[in-house]
Amino acid sequence: MSIYNKKIMEHFTNPKFFGKIKDADVIGKAGNPRCGDLLTLYLKINPKNKTITDIKFETLGCASAIASSDMICKIAKGKTMEEALKIGFQDVSNRLGTLPPLKIHCAQLVTEALKDAINKNLLNA
Amino acid sequence: MKKKIYLDFAATTPLDKSVLKKMMPYLENKFGNASSIHKFGQEASEAIDETRTKMAKFLNCKPTEIVFTGSASESNNLAIRGVIKAIRRKKQAGEKIQVITTKIEHKAVLEVFKDLEKEGVKVVYLPVGTDGIINIDDLRAEITPETDLISIMYANNEVGSIQPIKKIGKIISEINKIEQHPIYFHTDAVQAANWLDLDVNSLGVHLLTLSGHKIYGPKGVGILYVKEGIPIMPIILGGSHEWGLRAGTENVAGIVGMGAAISQIKHTKTNTLSMLKLKEKLIKGILTNVRGSKINGPLKTDDQLPNIVNFSFLGVEGESLVITLDEAGFAVSTGSACTSTALMPSHVLIAMGLTDLNAHSSLRISLGKYTTIKEIDLFIKILPKVIEKLRRISGR
Repeated sequence: MSIYNKKIMEHFTNPKFFGKIKDADVIGKAGNPRCGDLLTLYLKINPKNKTITDIKFETLGCASAIASSDMICKIAKGKTMEEALKIGFQDVSNRLGTLPPLKIHCAQLVTEALKDAINKNLLNA
Repeated sequence: MKKKIYLDFAATTPLDKSVLKKMMPYLENKFGNASSIHKFGQEASEAIDETRTKMAKFLNCKPTEIVFTGSASESNNLAIRGVIKAIRRKKQAGEKIQVITTKIEHKAVLEVFKDLEKEGVKVVYLPVGTDGIINIDDLRAEITPETDLISIMYANNEVGSIQPIKKIGKIISEINKIEQHPIYFHTDAVQAANWLDLDVNSLGVHLLTLSGHKIYGPKGVGILYVKEGIPIMPIILGGSHEWGLRAGTENVAGIVGMGAAISQIKHTKTNTLSMLKLKEKLIKGILTNVRGSKINGPLKTDDQLPNIVNFSFLGVEGESLVITLDEAGFAVSTGSACTSTALMPSHVLIAMGLTDLNAHSSLRISLGKYTTIKEIDLFIKILPKVIEKLRRISGR
């Protein structure tokens, strides 16, 4: 028994995408110290077809923030930037078997970080 | 399933087996309503009277000064709202009720005052130092000839800091001797009950709150001590139970359990010292094995409860720490209430001057009479691994 479902617990206890990408093409950030969640996404982007070839996260936050970070990496990897921009917080929440209502902001946070990264990359391009 | 280790005794304590045994008859054959005239009722009524006498002895007060309630939260509500309701009737039009409390009270006090502020009550929230203790001079400076009520907790539930209740009681009684307008003094002693002197006369308090489930008694029962002559009115109306201060058929089994739990509290030096020994081992183990760990709370042993310690571990968030430790079989708490709608970290830690991030990275470990050295050893062994794992994820 846990306050989170099995899927969320799985991504929290055994995340696959955490860590840094040292030569990342772009970095996205979201969160604030007040609510206790701070996250960074590292992206490698193929300049030719504009796809996300690698993505990793570093998240200081609650279990659902970590699970959401892992999930958005899983969803975004292999997608073009245009496709990735369309990932909504509901997608992240649904893939995790829905977050508890009070934790929905965690899914919003990770989509914000991804959008931050992609928008920066588009600006740089 | 591996054995679960409970290190959250400040949240609640298990029901002591001997307490349960004393309660059982009142959940089975002795089911009477204490208000009934027949023998079933009188049996229940006698059990309540006996417990009341026991409680009075423990607090060094009269049995008629004990009010049984449904929880410590209810006791706090009754103490504050009940007294304010009674004194409000004596105020002239336009005269404001003035109260003083602290920033680190339990929500069951703070939220009552916040609610009362909407009704025009003037509330002063005293600050605390980094040790989680108020400065007596701050209190002195805030007391005015119009102060009606002061409510200050005995010991804090998150960091274990002890407030100078006796000193405050003395200040108030000296003021009350010379001023015509009396100040009433309430203390929430829920966390203090297992460890500190609760003689209401030597403390100089007029109202005192206790809970059953923090002292190895049942949940659903609390106590409010109300000194004779203190103006107070009920907030739950109905029958004339509990001297007309709290309507509702008495929770006889719960009350009997509360009495049994109180009877086995022993404020001995030996008890305190053996608890301190466990806590010191825990603290030393954590400080030496986890880099970037910091204690939140008083430094001096005498200023804190012997069973509560609060840490901040930079680079991890409290909730994920608690959940990971839970998965590893350890039950502890955090001041990072990321589930609250406000997403704000602990008001206690913020009042003590912690940054938001440090408050979010807090962990409360609270020991109890069933805690063993072996459990502490196991915890010290697992904690550094858990924290390192979460720091790898946070990149800090």
